[in-house]
Amino acid sequence: MVRLTRAADFSASLRYWRPDLSEPENRALFGRFASQHGHNYRLEVTVQGEPAASTGMVMDLKELKAVIEREVSARFDHRDLNADTNFFEKVPPTPEHFAQVIHTLLRNALGDRLYGVRLRQDEDLWVDVVGDPAT
Amino acid sequence: MISVTRRYRFPAAHVLRSAAFSDAENERVYGKCANPAGHGHDYGLEVTLGGPIDARSGAIFPIERLDALVRERVLDRLSHQRLNDDAWFRVTVPTAENIAIAIERELRVAVAAESRARVLRVRLLETRRNFFACGEAEA
Repeated sequence: MVRLTRAADFSASLRYWRPDLSEPENRALFGRFASQHGHNYRLEVTVQGEPAASTGMVMDLKELKAVIEREVSARFDHRDLNADTNFFEKVPPTPEHFAQVIHTLLRNALGDRLYGVRLRQDEDLWVDVVGDPAT
Repeated sequence: MISVTRRYRFPAAHVLRSAAFSDAENERVYGKCANPAGHGHDYGLEVTLGGPIDARSGAIFPIERLDALVRERVLDRLSHQRLNDDAWFRVTVPTAENIAIAIERELRVAVAAESRARVLRVRLLETRRNFFACGEAEA
């Protein structure tokens, strides 16, 4: 078994906000995170498998790059996570929830080949989702 | 399995010498790290937490709370200090292994005391070439 990782960078704006709560409640719960701000995210996607005998590759990196572009960059790069997507209508776009959303999108696209994702919000904070994200 | 990792830094000095060894043994075992005058590092500290995502905050553990805990219990204690003078190292030598173990123990108890999150791993980066990891994810 071999694991390979492909990274992608994208930038997005967001605020921690629960539509079921009032503005003062959101401000009290999330503090300065309730104001719109942004991050330069870095995503690391790891797939695993046995290299195919013919190609010597676990997965064509061009294909993996295209999947990341389609599933992640096209949806989130230079977008607002709250206004431009419907993933954060019930939960705030914390790095935990955002990493779970990306993991689910890539899991649907890559199936069992996906080993896990690491979403870096900045140099000092990142989230890993490996295997079943519910555990 | 979902986990969140936060990185911190602290500069500190130490001397690697064991009271159980003679001067010659200390110099043989610890080499240049046994310099009695001391030396220091910019330590990197990575703290990895696991557990359920709290429905209210959307986080495994509030990052600002983790920052406060690490600041109070680790950074304020060790940053810009000579580690040999700290009570954590009254008996043990402040090797990176023992520093990592002491920090993991301190944070594991502190985090468990106020949430359902768990400290999965503490990783101490002593230099760009030496890393040390301990905790349940490493067990």
